[in-house]
Amino acid sequence: MTGAAAAAEDDRAVITGIGVVSPSGLGAERHWEATLTGRIAIGPITRFDPSGYPARLAGEVPGFVPRDHLPGRLLPQTDRLTQLALTAAEWAITDAGLSPSPEESLRYGVVLANSAGGFEFGENELRKLWSMGPKKVSAYQSYAWFYAVNTGQISIRHGLRGPCGVLVSGQAGGLDAIGQACRVLRKGADGVLTGGFEAPVCSWGVTAMSAGRDAPTAPQLSAGDDPATAYRPFAAGASGHVLAEGGAILVLEREGRARARGARHRYGRVAGYAATMDPPPGSSRPATLRNAAALALADAGLAPERIDVVFADAAGGTMRDRAEAEALTGLFGAGGVPVTAPKAMTGRMSAGGAAVDVATCLLAMRDGMIPPTADVRPDPSYGLDLVTGRPRPARIDHALILARGEGGFNSALVLAACPRETPPAAEPRDERASRDLPGT
Amino acid sequence: MAQDGPITLTDLVTVLRACAGEDDGVDLGGDIADRAFTDLGYDSVAMMEVSARMAERFGLELDEDRLFDLATPAEMLRCLNQAAAGDGEARR
Repeated sequence: MTGAAAAAEDDRAVITGIGVVSPSGLGAERHWEATLTGRIAIGPITRFDPSGYPARLAGEVPGFVPRDHLPGRLLPQTDRLTQLALTAAEWAITDAGLSPSPEESLRYGVVLANSAGGFEFGENELRKLWSMGPKKVSAYQSYAWFYAVNTGQISIRHGLRGPCGVLVSGQAGGLDAIGQACRVLRKGADGVLTGGFEAPVCSWGVTAMSAGRDAPTAPQLSAGDDPATAYRPFAAGASGHVLAEGGAILVLEREGRARARGARHRYGRVAGYAATMDPPPGSSRPATLRNAAALALADAGLAPERIDVVFADAAGGTMRDRAEAEALTGLFGAGGVPVTAPKAMTGRMSAGGAAVDVATCLLAMRDGMIPPTADVRPDPSYGLDLVTGRPRPARIDHALILARGEGGFNSALVLAACPRETPPAAEPRDERASRDLPGT
Repeated sequence: MAQDGPITLTDLVTVLRACAGEDDGVDLGGDIADRAFTDLGYDSVAMMEVSARMAERFGLELDEDRLFDLATPAEMLRCLNQAAAGDGEARR
């Protein structure tokens, strides 16, 4: 290898840690097991009484008790959003074995996506404001509701004092954050915690997400009452999506740095990223999801036939499913690539959703398994090879992940598998031990 | 809402726990009167919240500028109880 090639390899962005908190389970491995079995994690809303609301189903994170995971001092000052994100961040950092010294900490940052902020915390403080007056409003409201709150709290808790930021672009945000994290690495950071989280399952969240339901760019919430059928992306007569909470945090590092510190995992690397914006509703210009995918492939230097699986955005409404199917068949040909959308089992986690897709995709690469899109029977007219019912064994060297945010955001990310290095004798045991860590 | 007798450390700890939480490594039930709030894990936003909830409970408001000079529970209690006696800087 030439010196320049070795240097370029050292600068590539690799994922060395994963933390998932999703309706499918707490921790990456539990999430992965539930995803492979095709278990539906959508159910009736339990966090408030949803009767009288337009949506009565959601993907809720089950059995999450904040005080089991977080110091007591953080509980009164954080929304569920931040409690979920802080927990996943801790797991991701533990999985990566990352512990930068105070001197190194300026080269490690946090770049996350979020779209609604701490909705429930804000709702409760507004209720106090209107019913009891301003003196009852918590001082913690000053940041607990804010989109950037996860970035800030994680940065503070783990002493990651490098470049930080938040991306606000709906479901596309999980990919946009990773794209921004890659820029931060290119500018000289050694590592970034990235990904996204959302926790919109409260009465105000559901109200906000249901507003303007008939507008072409509005989120199309399913009014269905049956968890098995309410969200069926790519099915004939799909009726919208189900809201969900959760997300994933990934540790992204410069490859040379990860190797130098002896990182336990290289789950994969970010090979390409691109984002486009759709024209306004009613425009004669076409939607731009296909452009985003093509640009991400070009960024990765890959022809479409090198892609082994697509994790679809899978909006679950006929117009948007049609647009995505046309983008995919346009690039890959009809049935030209296996497509999956495990989010059919959890619901859409907005800014957390694509981050979970990336985590799921990395585990799919590791185990050579494409997880199913629940038991959805796709409309054959879409021309998609949708993996449904059970996982499909496949060698995955390259994967494309798509995500769209409400309002016209399209983002695409290409992941590449990291070739397994010839391990020193002790390494396989280390790897297994780290997989058994609680919550990873 | 003013009470009979001075506001005690127990009163303050009750409010601290309820509104600002308790760090795992800290025992608020121990002898904390002269420990710095920052050592106990409370930042300036926590102090604002504690001050607001003490005001709610005891009807005594601490001046915001003065609040951040009160480094320990003992200092805060002294300030509040002087005000309760009518000769402090806090006001009813």
